Amino acid sequence: MIDALFTYEFLQNAFFSGLIIGVIAPMLGLFIVVRRLALIADALSHVSLAGIAGSLYLSQQVLFFAGLNPIYLGMAAAVGGSLLIERLRRVYRNFEELAIPIILSAGIGFGAIFISLAKGFGADLVGYLFGSVSAVSRQDLLVVAVLAIAVFVFIYLFYKELFTLSFDADYSTASGIKGRWIQMLFMVLTALVIGASMRIVGILLVSSLMTLPVAAAIQVAKSFKSAMLLSILFGEVSVIAGLFAAYHLDIAPGGTIVVTAIIILLFVLIGKWLTGKGTVRRKGEVL
Amino acid sequence: MQESLVNLTDVTFNYGNSTVLKDITLTVQPGEFWALIGPNGSGKSTLIKILLGLLKPDTGSVELFGEPISSVSHKERIGYVSQKSNSFNSGFPATVLEVVRSGLTKKTGLFKRFSKEDTEAAMNALLEVGMEKFADRNIGELSGGQQQRVFISRALAAKPDLLIMDEPTVGVDQQNSASFYSMLEKLNRDNGIAIILVSHEIDLVTDLASHVACLNLTMHFHGGRRDFAKLNDKDLSRWYGHSVRLIHQEEGDSSND
Repeated sequence: MIDALFTYEFLQNAFFSGLIIGVIAPMLGLFIVVRRLALIADALSHVSLAGIAGSLYLSQQVLFFAGLNPIYLGMAAAVGGSLLIERLRRVYRNFEELAIPIILSAGIGFGAIFISLAKGFGADLVGYLFGSVSAVSRQDLLVVAVLAIAVFVFIYLFYKELFTLSFDADYSTASGIKGRWIQMLFMVLTALVIGASMRIVGILLVSSLMTLPVAAAIQVAKSFKSAMLLSILFGEVSVIAGLFAAYHLDIAPGGTIVVTAIIILLFVLIGKWLTGKGTVRRKGEVL
Repeated sequence: MQESLVNLTDVTFNYGNSTVLKDITLTVQPGEFWALIGPNGSGKSTLIKILLGLLKPDTGSVELFGEPISSVSHKERIGYVSQKSNSFNSGFPATVLEVVRSGLTKKTGLFKRFSKEDTEAAMNALLEVGMEKFADRNIGELSGGQQQRVFISRALAAKPDLLIMDEPTVGVDQQNSASFYSMLEKLNRDNGIAIILVSHEIDLVTDLASHVACLNLTMHFHGGRRDFAKLNDKDLSRWYGHSVRLIHQEEGDSSND
């Protein structure tokens, strides 16, 4: 693949946007996972499916959409979904998690309607669902790069607020931190990253890249900082190994990236178990 | 005259149609140690939420540091410690130092990162509660009593004038809660930090505090500990709505809020 990487532009696009997503997805994912909101990423990715499907359908009907990259409508739908989730979480104060299945169903619902209306999209759709090495354009790479800068700046500036909010939301409100708009910005950025990552990882698997590396990292990390660095490391390894495998075996990269992340998680769990630091066993309990 | 830390005047609060707090008046001066006691559902936690600005009273005024609560510019002058059980997820990947330093988030201000001085302030706060050796440990590995010390230390990091604690020893065993209380006494005596401690453990906290506020819908008593000690058990039992004796706490009264 290394030789091909120097030769083919589409491979460069896929490789570099993969590298970038491998950093920013787990970075945002850490904050999502520690707040027990892992499913939000799933809900948003399904909403962006509706946006993509809508854009693809419209491209058959309206001339304007024929030239428009579907990634934009996908990102817009995800942002809309993230704002709705925040709104619904306030409506259902005592059932905050209910906002997630509501938005997730809405996403699949609209997605299914657009896909049926357009009588299916064939290979195009499979690429959006499971990712594709060949479909990433220069423009997609540019969008991902700009987003990455926004994510870095945001996390750099609000790291301490995000940590305080995630660790103890009540305390953070009581100490006078204006968490609401930081949370809102965070959700919008997450939605944008999900929307932009789907070319590579695919809609159905983008949330895995936000949660699986984090799931492995929090098993071994003692500090929040190390949890973040490990999440990024595991994310990058998954993306690089996954892309190589996808290219050589001609498989959708979404699958190989996620399976690599699962393998890393398994290694971490087994390693922890072997070193005796696994889940605390009750006294006298026989394995 | 010194500014009062807390000035509540005729505060009333309703949840829907039911009145939870009625005509509450309370003044806390610098250096005082208040025990806020009352039976379950007496409105103690609601009163604390009003003090922290998390709830707005229906009538009456709330002043902190001589300013109306809505315009208090330095909320970091209050350190808040909640009940241990509901404050955090014990699997959270964070070290003790990271947690304590998060107490400086508001004070450090937006768009700024923690400085070396902030880390030193956090270490000093850990030293004050005797937890400096645990700075690099994961917060989830500590015992309940140790975690609660860390949370006090998080509240102390910003050098508050007033510590507000809502049943901080729930879920902490007796021996540890005794040493926890003596640490509070020391913080109040040596550092001059005013304390409002919410508790159902009447004897323990009334021995510790300089002032006592006895709440059940209305404020039945508020004043110095000596005056409180002069009260007879009959009055106290009437306010509590069931039999209570001072000096020896009854077995049946150890339920949580």
